[in-house]
Amino acid sequence: MIKAILIFNNHGKPRLSKFYEHYNEDTEQQIIRETFHLVSKRDENVCNFLEGGMLIGGSDYKLIYRHYATLYFVFCVDSSESELGILDLIQVFVETLDKCFENVCELDLIFHVDKVHNILAEMVMGGMVLETNMNEIITQVDAQNKMEKSEFFPFFSFSLSLYRRLSFSLPGRTGRHRPVLQERPLVPYQL
Amino acid sequence: MSDVVEKTLTALPSLLSLDSHPGSAKLSSTSKLGNLIRGITELTSKHEEEKLIQHELLAIKEQVSSPNTTMMKELMVRSIYCEMLGYEASFSYIHAIKLAQQGTVLEKRVGYLAVSLFLNESHELLLLLVNTVLKDLQSTNLIEVCMALTVVSQMFPKDMIPAILPLVEEKLNHPKEIIRRKAVLALYKFYLIAPNQVQHIHNKFRKALCDKDPGVMTASLHIYLQMIQENPEAYKDLTPSFVTILKQVVGGKLPMDFNYHTVPAPWLQIQLLRILSLLGKNDQSTSEVMYEVLDESLQRAEMNHNITYAILYECVKCIYTIHPKSDLLEKAAKCIGNFVLSPKINLKYLGLKALTYVVQQDPKLALQHQMTIIECLDHPDLIIKRETLELLFRITNGQNVTVIVEKMLEFLCISEDDHTTIDLVGKVAELAEKYPLKYNEWFIETMNTVFSLGGDMMQPDIPNSFLKLLSEGFDSVEEDRKLRLFAVNSYIPLLRGEPGKLPQRFLQVISWVLGEYSHLREDLEPAEVLSLLAKLLDMKNSSSETKSWVLMAMTKLCKGGADASVTQEVSETYSSSLDTVLRQRAHELQYLSQDPELRARVLPRGSCGNFAFVSEALAAGAAPYKPPHQRQEELDQSKALSLEPYGLSLPISMSSCSITDRQSPTLLSMSSGLSGDTLKLDGIKRVWGREGYLAQREPVEEAAQVEVPSPIQSPGRQGEGDSLHSQTPTQTPTPEPEQEKQQLASSLFVGLASQSSVSLMGKSEPMPQRFRRKAKGQGLGSSFIANEQISSSLISPPSAVDNLLCNNLLDSNNASELAEQTSQLSQSLTTANGTCHAEAELTESDTKGCNPALRRDNCVVAAGPGPHNDPGRLTEVCLDSYLPAELSGLSHSEIAPLCANQSLNLSACHVQKEDSLILVVFIMNSSESAIQQIPAGEVTSYSVAVGQYSLTVKRPAVHVEVVGTVSYQLPAGTSQSLQFSYKVPLTSFIRPFVVSTEEYGTMWLSFSHDTKQNLTLINDNQEPLTATLNALKKKLQLHVVEVIGMEGIVACRLLQDLPCLMHCRVNAGWLAVWLRSPVPDLPDCLIYHCQRALQSL
Repeated sequence: MIKAILIFNNHGKPRLSKFYEHYNEDTEQQIIRETFHLVSKRDENVCNFLEGGMLIGGSDYKLIYRHYATLYFVFCVDSSESELGILDLIQVFVETLDKCFENVCELDLIFHVDKVHNILAEMVMGGMVLETNMNEIITQVDAQNKMEKSEFFPFFSFSLSLYRRLSFSLPGRTGRHRPVLQERPLVPYQL
Repeated sequence: MSDVVEKTLTALPSLLSLDSHPGSAKLSSTSKLGNLIRGITELTSKHEEEKLIQHELLAIKEQVSSPNTTMMKELMVRSIYCEMLGYEASFSYIHAIKLAQQGTVLEKRVGYLAVSLFLNESHELLLLLVNTVLKDLQSTNLIEVCMALTVVSQMFPKDMIPAILPLVEEKLNHPKEIIRRKAVLALYKFYLIAPNQVQHIHNKFRKALCDKDPGVMTASLHIYLQMIQENPEAYKDLTPSFVTILKQVVGGKLPMDFNYHTVPAPWLQIQLLRILSLLGKNDQSTSEVMYEVLDESLQRAEMNHNITYAILYECVKCIYTIHPKSDLLEKAAKCIGNFVLSPKINLKYLGLKALTYVVQQDPKLALQHQMTIIECLDHPDLIIKRETLELLFRITNGQNVTVIVEKMLEFLCISEDDHTTIDLVGKVAELAEKYPLKYNEWFIETMNTVFSLGGDMMQPDIPNSFLKLLSEGFDSVEEDRKLRLFAVNSYIPLLRGEPGKLPQRFLQVISWVLGEYSHLREDLEPAEVLSLLAKLLDMKNSSSETKSWVLMAMTKLCKGGADASVTQEVSETYSSSLDTVLRQRAHELQYLSQDPELRARVLPRGSCGNFAFVSEALAAGAAPYKPPHQRQEELDQSKALSLEPYGLSLPISMSSCSITDRQSPTLLSMSSGLSGDTLKLDGIKRVWGREGYLAQREPVEEAAQVEVPSPIQSPGRQGEGDSLHSQTPTQTPTPEPEQEKQQLASSLFVGLASQSSVSLMGKSEPMPQRFRRKAKGQGLGSSFIANEQISSSLISPPSAVDNLLCNNLLDSNNASELAEQTSQLSQSLTTANGTCHAEAELTESDTKGCNPALRRDNCVVAAGPGPHNDPGRLTEVCLDSYLPAELSGLSHSEIAPLCANQSLNLSACHVQKEDSLILVVFIMNSSESAIQQIPAGEVTSYSVAVGQYSLTVKRPAVHVEVVGTVSYQLPAGTSQSLQFSYKVPLTSFIRPFVVSTEEYGTMWLSFSHDTKQNLTLINDNQEPLTATLNALKKKLQLHVVEVIGMEGIVACRLLQDLPCLMHCRVNAGWLAVWLRSPVPDLPDCLIYHCQRALQSL
């Protein structure tokens, strides 16, 4: 079972936290801090698995993480999950985000926390992997978006097309922001 | 860097305004969130952030509670953001629920999302959501149903499940696949939190498993994995279904949509493999159903994508979990090799994990990869390093324990992670305790390091069991004394140094030990110890718990007189302490120090460590105590097949059940006694071998057990045995670091090859006799009667004789019953103790001069009173004369004393006959009693009884240890027993084997177990080959079949007739030896002896 999914940036600022098991507020924050502490000091050329971390549950638990540009995606799982399976699930998640946001970047995650949560809910439900097929996930998210559109909701529509243009140009880069999918940070920036 | 952000963010509103022409609401909302985020980024301190967020929360609160606000959704997102940063926005919870209740679909979604992020199962507000969920479940809008199911699977109050259960159940028949799938997962969640409430719908789970949509089927596997984990027996009938599903998936029968990087539904495959491994565990017939599909999975998963490795890994684990099949095992082993050798670090990690998992079944595999393991030990990635240590922990035996512990301690010094430290400290302590007195000093020193590194984080049972070990001691009084003395000696300098730096727990241990045992060191004045202890009291950072330990130690030490001033002062200081415990201790100290008589009564020396009540409770059927980390280990079983002794799990409980069925109460209590004794929980049967599953040995043939200890080697001597195990040929000189690694490898992997695997698996290597723990309470010893039935009453009062006579006659008349009984006993021993590596067949030896009373399968010859009245002078020379006549002509080994107590002296020797090895046991009565009437069969005072046993080795090991017990009755009628163990080198069982060269050739090809090694040549004459072979022949009784040029072939057999062939070739100044045998381990053991033989020349 997946116990928690955390996304934070290179400086430990949380970008998304989803706990599938109940911890109190303070513990959750501590878990995020501890996880960041554990993950951030790891080099690039070491394995993507981490054991330990007292808070989240001791020896049965594992942190499986990937580092994309400015963001760390960390899945905290128990022994019933396959390590490499989860590692690829993170990849599926990020690729899905990339498709939904078109060249997803950290800012997308900040401003659309709810949307990211919705995408995640189609992948993982109550700690169990629900869907691993990217196209299927996107279909589901789209279907929901369409429903909403049909209600003629006047503002803040979730249509993908509107968001596509929400891009931020960075100095030194032409037009497009840096996609999260790039594994190595090119120009580290802080948010 | 920050101006990059700033520019980005300042660009934000303008971009937004360009984008969002339809609604101005969007602009304002997003920019508010944008403002918030920008504000947070500009902050420099946590304090400012807090201020800003509080301000923001206030603003949200104000807006949220104003009626008809149109920006609920946006406000919720802002609250979510604040909550994510760790600031409580509890005022918004109720609004989130309201939003989920009343909003439009879009608002509902945000409302539900906020609820699932804010609340938890036990939150009281959640009850308000139940109605909303009910309503939405009945909605015709699919999106609403989906949202309701999602929130239900995230959290739902347990008590409210019945209210919505029928609705969720109904959804299993929903036409939409996505709804069915979510409903299945929601039901799984219910199953997790309230299993009894969903019991009635188990057949619906089956329907979900058969769903036409693979997605729904996949979701139902979550449930099945869980249920099968809990009770595999109930779902065995589903095995063919799972196999068929997996076959179809592997065969690519699923739609292309399910492919991920051209691999068909990898996650589904992983899930299925896990289920299969649970079903096939310990079940041959079920396992057989899945062999084919596993083979196919292994073959298909050969592409080089990450996810195929995930499948392969599960496959390998499954193959090693289910009932073994040799060709699958071979393929799996190859796979593990690929993992371990992979340059990809993630795969290496998993390879190590897999090795850790299988090493208990197949230690040779670790041996194959020893150099890689050594490299991983120095890997820059701490995780890899730790995993390697975990692996080493599982292959620890008596010979490599020091090296492995050293490596662990090295790691401990650099580890910063608390969790790792606690875990490793526990493991080191476990190892140190398991092989404690092998090297007294090493044990104490290791524990000292453990205490100082582990600090106050370690499991509290570590110091406790350490103290218990010290106080209970072992069989030998002298060893105990030495151990305690060494502990005292090592603590005094620590206290003289800087005790302030030591952790509290360590100080407590030190003060206890000094209190109990500092008197052992004669040159140490109690006054000095007292003043050292008093120093601890004055330290600022001493906790009051430590202080009370110190005060207790002082109470034990003070004798009045000169020490009085120190104790007086201390007790006065603390008798007014605010801490009641301290005050109590101080008063005790005060009174007891003034009244030596009372003190002697209250605290008699050596009164500590009386755990007899524990054994009594255990004998009465109480569950044995398990320290917390053991319990944790048991929980971790799925992590690795926990065959280690501490994993006191299913196998042992099953075996003790079988004992209960058939055995006497003594054995029952014996087994519980065993499980209470943490040092000897070796209760795992050996079911695995190189050739796969070992059939349950017919226990009838096991009349006696021969235990194989590791060859006890002092650290200094370790090296010589080592080179044998390193597989890399030593012909070419290797560069320096390489050599270091090889050295390390040999010291780490020593004992792996020569020992039968079971000892590694269970870490059940028996300790030599003197290291055995004392049998407490009901007496472990009684169980060993099974080993050798020397249970005739040797010293008994006349009244007991008749009774005994009867029994014995009964025994001999009813031989089959005896055999059965014996077999049961031995079996119970095997399972409960797990230490037998080789069994000796106890055959009937001669019955010369025996008395009817002792007409037993083994003969105990009662001899007349010895010529010497002083037992002390009864030396080996005179024992010689007791050797049975037919053996006296043959050469026998030195008669070695085995053990003794006040009434019996045991000695033994072995005699090599042409076709057997006879163990002769001399039992001498050294007591003054029982001299009056001497019915034959009794051993009168100072006389000797001789028993002889023919030994055979079933499973070879470097040394074979015979363990036995003499049970006897004292005149007083109390029965007693005396354990002994006797070690015989394997060479004693080796006999020449005469074959022709042709026969040799055919046999060579048919033998499966082999080993190769380079040995030193004897170079003192012209014909090094012949000289070496002759030397070996002389030492080991080998038969040289033929010598052709630079090659020679040699043959020998292990009694009775287990052949071993040896092919020798002179190559570059070495003798390249290749041994083959049908018996596993025999080549390894033999090469060890060849090496020793050549070295000793």
